[in-house]
Amino acid sequence: MKLLTHNMLTSKCIRGVSVGYPLIINATEVKVNQTLFNSEFVSKLIPKVDWPVLYNAAESIGHSEDLPKEAPNDFEQNEEFLKKAHRALVEIEVISGNLVCPESGRKFPISNGIPNMLLNEDEF
Amino acid sequence: MSRPEHIAPPEIFYNEDEAKKYTQNSRIMEIQEQMSERAIELLLLPEGAPSLVLDIGCGSGISGSILEENGHYWVGMDISSAMLDVAVEREVEGDLLLTDMGQGCPFRAGAFDGAISISALQWLCNADKSHHRPVQRLYKFFSTLFACLSRSARAVLQFYPENGAQMELVTSQAMKAGFFGGVVVDYPNSTKAKKFYLVLMTGGSVALPKGLGTEGASDGVDYARRDRAKNLRKPLKSVRSWIQEKKERRRRQMKKVRPDSKYTGRKRCGRF
Ligand SMILES: C[S@@+](CC[C@H](N)C(=O)[O-])C[C@H]1O[C@@H](n2cnc3c(N)ncnc32)[C@H](O)[C@@H]1O
Repeated sequence: MKLLTHNMLTSKCIRGVSVGYPLIINATEVKVNQTLFNSEFVSKLIPKVDWPVLYNAAESIGHSEDLPKEAPNDFEQNEEFLKKAHRALVEIEVISGNLVCPESGRKFPISNGIPNMLLNEDEF
Repeated sequence: MSRPEHIAPPEIFYNEDEAKKYTQNSRIMEIQEQMSERAIELLLLPEGAPSLVLDIGCGSGISGSILEENGHYWVGMDISSAMLDVAVEREVEGDLLLTDMGQGCPFRAGAFDGAISISALQWLCNADKSHHRPVQRLYKFFSTLFACLSRSARAVLQFYPENGAQMELVTSQAMKAGFFGGVVVDYPNSTKAKKFYLVLMTGGSVALPKGLGTEGASDGVDYARRDRAKNLRKPLKSVRSWIQEKKERRRRQMKKVRPDSKYTGRKRCGRF
């Protein structure tokens, strides 16, 4: 799971959970994969991304590195910032661990890099 | 023709054997690729700009690979872990989630610029478990899909409706969830090539495009595109050669790729 996906993912499909966001990450294995940097894509994403959630997610798995706590206003021209955002959004991957619903405490296991979001019949 | 969704629930039907078969059969791959290409064409994403696309029932990532070739990023959801494991093995660039579309799309509002689904939606029309209510599952799916799309985004879902009633059921639940749109039928006069695309719009009603192979459709361009796309891709020989070819392509495009090793394309043993 990339942190971009985490930034979009909720547990609101659980009955009784209203927001279900952001999910807490308990990572047991994290990998960093170098991928092609596409400044156009990253800068298109920035307005959509919940930046504090991204920052906290990266920090919680020990990868905040030199990520700024806030996205700068001039992000479109700020190549250095966009590169850091790229790294945080699509290069860091949680391979195994758990996601935890912030409201219900329900755990979603991650294995082989894939979060298991399937709910039991009595949960939705 | 037997319908797989009558044989077993999807997470059982798409087991390891089926997942492997699926991605080694060049005929299947070619058909899935063509339909993916057509679905992306119908999505009308902003020209030339990379978008974030949701792939529903992404399976082993065949449709996702076509999104990649078109320069888009994707997140895939599927109910079969065997299919998703094959996608990981193929080193797709998309991110994967094990989910049941009938339980809803678990994303926050406006997350995606568009959504595609290739050959998966008909599975939702079945009641695979005693507690399954197809109408409710379809509605849950469409309403949460509507919510996670950005305004003006579209969703294009190619599917195999069993009959007119099923097509009506699916379309009516999508409209109830707030979508505009309808079904585009390509090659309606050919039993083999006939394909159904449910084209859903969030931002008001726009006339649906004509199906390919129907009167008045501008299929000259479309045919050309399809032929070009076909020439670009060779049938899959093995997971390893598939990955190597893809890496080669990316190297030619001066993109960063991981170096080949004796592990490239090898089955990963067990879980991590
Ligand atoms: C025919 S395959 C197509 C896979 C991929 N889209 C492609 O074109 O190669 C159908 C896929 O839909 C998935 N599927 C079926 N029912 C589903 C559900 N309720 N939720 C999520 N995925 C489902 C299956 O597991 C399978 O991988």
